[in-house]
Amino acid sequence: MSEANSKSPFAILDQPTRPDDAGRPGPYPRSPALSPRVNPQGEAVTLTIDGKSVTTAPGTVLIEAARQVGIEIPSYCYYPGLSLQGACRMCVVSIEKMGKLQTACTTIVSNGMVVHTDSDEVKNARKAMLEFLLTNHPLDCPVCDKGGECELQDAVFRYGAAETRFLETKQHEEEKKFSSLVYYDRPRCILCYRCIRVCDEGMDVNAYGIGFRGGLSVIIPNRGEHLECEECGMCIDVCPVGALTSGTYRYKTRPWEMTHVGTICNHCGDGCKTTLAIRNNQILRANNRDHSGFNGEFLCAKGRFGWDFVNSDQRLTAPRIKRNRQLESGSWEEALSTAAARLNEIIAKSGPDSVAVLGSNHTANEENYLLQRFARTILGTNNVDHHRTGDFSSLVGALTAANATDRYATMQDVFEASSILLLGSDPTHEHPLVAYQIRQAVRRHDARLYIVNRAELKLRRQASLYLKVEDEGAAVGALAGTGAASPELGTLRERLSKENDTVVVFGDALRGEQVTGLVRWGLTLPGKSRFVALGDYANSRGAADMGVLPDTLPGYAAVADAAARARFESAWGAEIPAQPGRNARAIFAGIESGEIKALLVFGSNPVRSFGVKPETLRKLEFLFVADLFPTETAEVADVVVPAASFAEKSGTVTNTCGQIQALKRTMRKAGTRSDFEILVALAAQFGANWPYRSSEDVLKEIIAQVRGYAIPLPALLVGGAVVTRPQGNPPPLERADLIFSARDSLFTSGSISRYSWALNSLDEAKKPHGTIF
Amino acid sequence: MSDYENYAKGSPLEVKVISKRFGIPNSASIDVYLQHDGYKALQKALGMKPDDVINEVKNSGLRGRGGAGFNAGMKWSFVPKQSSKPKYVVCNADESEPGTCKDRPLMEYDPHQLIEGILIAGYAIQSQQGFIYIRGEYRYLMEIVDRAIEEAYARGYLGKNILGSGFNFDLCTHTGAGAYECGEETALLNSLEGLRGYPRVKPPFPAVVGLYGGPTIINNVETLSNVPHIILNGAEWYAKLGTPKNGGTRLFCLSGCIARPGVYELPMGFPLRRMIEEVGGGVLGGKKLKGVIPGGSSCPVLTADEIDVAMDYDSVAKAGSMLGSGGVVVLDEDTCMVKVAQRIAKFYAHESCGWCVPCREGTAWLKNLLTRFHSGAGVEDDVDTGLDVALNILGKTLCPLGDAAAMPAISIFKKFRHEFEEHLRLGRCPYEKRTVSVA
Ligand SMILES: Cc1cc2nc3c(=O)[nH]c(=O)nc-3n(C[C@H](O)[C@H](O)[C@H](O)COP(=O)(O)O)c2cc1C
Ligand code: SF4
Ligand code: SF4
Ligand code: SF4
Ligand code: FES
Repeated sequence: MSEANSKSPFAILDQPTRPDDAGRPGPYPRSPALSPRVNPQGEAVTLTIDGKSVTTAPGTVLIEAARQVGIEIPSYCYYPGLSLQGACRMCVVSIEKMGKLQTACTTIVSNGMVVHTDSDEVKNARKAMLEFLLTNHPLDCPVCDKGGECELQDAVFRYGAAETRFLETKQHEEEKKFSSLVYYDRPRCILCYRCIRVCDEGMDVNAYGIGFRGGLSVIIPNRGEHLECEECGMCIDVCPVGALTSGTYRYKTRPWEMTHVGTICNHCGDGCKTTLAIRNNQILRANNRDHSGFNGEFLCAKGRFGWDFVNSDQRLTAPRIKRNRQLESGSWEEALSTAAARLNEIIAKSGPDSVAVLGSNHTANEENYLLQRFARTILGTNNVDHHRTGDFSSLVGALTAANATDRYATMQDVFEASSILLLGSDPTHEHPLVAYQIRQAVRRHDARLYIVNRAELKLRRQASLYLKVEDEGAAVGALAGTGAASPELGTLRERLSKENDTVVVFGDALRGEQVTGLVRWGLTLPGKSRFVALGDYANSRGAADMGVLPDTLPGYAAVADAAARARFESAWGAEIPAQPGRNARAIFAGIESGEIKALLVFGSNPVRSFGVKPETLRKLEFLFVADLFPTETAEVADVVVPAASFAEKSGTVTNTCGQIQALKRTMRKAGTRSDFEILVALAAQFGANWPYRSSEDVLKEIIAQVRGYAIPLPALLVGGAVVTRPQGNPPPLERADLIFSARDSLFTSGSISRYSWALNSLDEAKKPHGTIF
Repeated sequence: MSDYENYAKGSPLEVKVISKRFGIPNSASIDVYLQHDGYKALQKALGMKPDDVINEVKNSGLRGRGGAGFNAGMKWSFVPKQSSKPKYVVCNADESEPGTCKDRPLMEYDPHQLIEGILIAGYAIQSQQGFIYIRGEYRYLMEIVDRAIEEAYARGYLGKNILGSGFNFDLCTHTGAGAYECGEETALLNSLEGLRGYPRVKPPFPAVVGLYGGPTIINNVETLSNVPHIILNGAEWYAKLGTPKNGGTRLFCLSGCIARPGVYELPMGFPLRRMIEEVGGGVLGGKKLKGVIPGGSSCPVLTADEIDVAMDYDSVAKAGSMLGSGGVVVLDEDTCMVKVAQRIAKFYAHESCGWCVPCREGTAWLKNLLTRFHSGAGVEDDVDTGLDVALNILGKTLCPLGDAAAMPAISIFKKFRHEFEEHLRLGRCPYEKRTVSVA
């Protein structure tokens, strides 16, 4: 990007500055030709590999074509999705009519090619490469983190290396600490450059380079002695050997001693699949081990390292009950019966609408569903809300009104998009996976990215057009033709009118009518434009979908809609108050004015997220808190119960794109209960006999009752991300300031990240929010 | 004024084409150049169709003088006629191959000949920008070339609308930073772009995707210096100077144990034995010949029995070596071949860029093995291991540097095995002069 462009608030870049385009200086060669574009539409190519006929798309590299028919060609520097290197020479094969052995990772298939991957010549070459790799390798497998899942070890096992003929002295170098989370061991490094490429091409951070040359070559941070980066740990993930190790995992265990459970990251709203590795009831590592799901190997710093809040010794493990103005430990029995008794008392005295409930954006759909059922049918109030970080209701309302509920974009849609319009959000910080997918779309699919935002943002480097505006809402008005359009907006509109199937991604800067306007206009764009609303936390979307809202029932049915009420009333066998309840702001105003006398808070810390003063909460006659930690809110509560974390329970969460995925219980935390268990037990205290034995029972009810959630259960249970398509007529957003921007960074996620050693150990976490690396 | 004598005493057997102005006082200046047919070829070329220029060069049998010996006109013809990105001409003046010192006098004494060659190449492929990539150690040459470029701009041979033809061409120099690998064409392109000098994966070849992604031809200084003569005198004339498919003359750099070392321009196909005995005046001090490296350190060594070979690309290849960069290194009977192998291995281990495994690990292994062996700590298996290591590098690396390291080693392990055995038997180098200490 030129100087001029980076200064002007408005820039039109005709050439997207793709990370692999020649032209941007960097530590290693990039050439557009090194990342061939597979063309699935082109005429198929047929070739023969080891006697098997293979038909594949043009542009495919030989190594992938072989994989398609189950022939494995060993490789180190090749990594799907990253540019081609031809460096490790492990993948050599012989191709008839070509004199020398060829690298399968750089050879593009062509018709009639005849390939041999297991001739003696090829086998000997592989063995030779392994022998070379082992010459300076320390062979410290018994104490290496990677032992058991090391690609070098595996290859030696499979292809064998001759007994060592290397009589020279091995090069040694001390291990380096690149950051509190990333360590580098040069002797183990095989210089496959995956770390460099994933950091540059995948993350667009470019923190790594190569120092020295020849046999002395070494991986080094590009800026100074230490990594200055997003600390996503992708480099550790892609490293085939134990050269890059994780500050949270190193020297703790051997891979085979752990139990691996696939679940969903509990931080932001993107919903990355992750595999938690457990030993002795402690999480030791998170990585998306099988690369399944829409995030592939991607996890950001929070997902990869920030799970350690689960292990924190500050976790609440016993209920606490206020006695003589002091919170003291008590039993679950006592905590729940006290809560029920106090609530009954207050309801009897001041009526059900003197009670309010705040839900969570981190808990499971099933729990959110039960929470609002609890509020509406057991407490008898619609005073239920949660920390809203995005306006999902307006998106659902607008798409339903336009009869276009097939236009929710999924995370894959973002990845595959040919055109993306991003408004009012900085996904690099708030939605790391969305940012990653956008970068991939641009780099690998030549997508055009259009950005309308008030702040500078890193994704601008990928943008074909970046529009810095004062107010995204006004810009949307202008785009949609209801406000004054600047020439720049005219250009944007013009460009978009030439695109097809644009994916529109918008953040919390757009609310209410602005969202409606955006959707209405977006639907007029050519092709099948689709939409993503960004909300910040792991189940922000689910909380809204499940009706943790004062005016909206599950599935965005309006409380005021008698037919909708009747449907749920018959399912629950109980009455729902017809009057919409108080929203979060009205609840806090009610506490101030004394109208709200009791508050139940599940997995939320209003002192931090809504900025409510503890003094205000002290005005309550009764405050109940279910949480993982002794938060500022829990400190002023009358009853606090220790909740289970995402790793300790089952259920489902819905990501910001509306894709529902299953949480799996990986471990137990003694003394805690899941919100599901807490709610069922609390309901029982009120004499209700809910029919749910497990959260799966609740899910079945959700599938049956919630519009848009009629999903096939098996698809979910095998680890799929199933698209939900909510359809409803939610009331318009009462006031714009009901959306509370979370403004989380790469290293924070509300209150829980404060209990993560890993995230807080980072130098980068101390930099101002929005720092670009 | 010229100190050309530093380079060679000259020989009556020489056929001077590209070196014909060497030795003329002030030969690097544009005035002297113009007095001696300077820029006439450019004038002629600008009157031809670009394709005809390419064909003329193709038919002349001019083969790349940088080492690989690819037909220059053929290479130019691979450049696509239409291109959305700019096309470039790059002159490879990274001359770093041990034993090679011919591009140096070409730039020192006749920089305009090179500039004219580049201009004609640029016209042929319809490029408007050229670069001369000069090795870092040749900084003083860069000053000479820069001065010549300035002169050419001043006289209208570079810049806009050259000689009123409507053809525009810009040219500038760029310095390397001391890496042999940056002479490899794609590493050179990366270096020129400001990236690390690592080679690129081929295909695509530079003629299609080269500098900044644009179609690019890369030719050696000597290759390009020949072009004006071909255009001026015709392909047929040039072809006839040499042997079939090996047109013209070439600068041979005679060095090592030779009586009259220097750079000599001889016709392609000149016999190696005569080159040593008649042009170079025989082995230094009348010693016996042990071997010859015929084309720079990357080539297999020829033994004294193998020197009845015509010095053109195809004949030397048939004899099991390569014409390479024209660096003829003569080794006499007192030369320790283990030491030669060690010295060459040391060079390649030092110059390996480290990008690919077999070269990075293999060259270092060879160097360490040979160093240990020569110091007297060799074991019997070393000879087979060393040979095997070299064979395992050969043909498996990303760029030809790996082969360049392997080939001389393989030839020495095979052809001079007895010398290794002698080292083992004595436990020391038989060629090293040893002072005997008297008790
Ligand atoms: C390791 C390595 C070093 C090289 N160094 C040089 C060099 O210094 N000068 C040169 O002209 N060619 C060098 N070459 C050859 C170039 O890659 C390329 O073939 C040449 O510049 C093409 O020009 P030509 O066709 O005119 O010979 C080198 C090749 C390799 C593999
Ligand atoms: S650190 Fe790992 S990923 Fe990076 S080059 Fe070394 S082996 Fe490859
Ligand atoms: S992008 Fe979001 S969901 Fe994915 S790992 Fe990071 S915090 Fe977790
Ligand atoms: S052969 Fe040697 S110089 Fe060439 S790419 Fe490989 S390591 Fe670098
Ligand atoms: S995988 Fe092909 S060279 Fe490394």
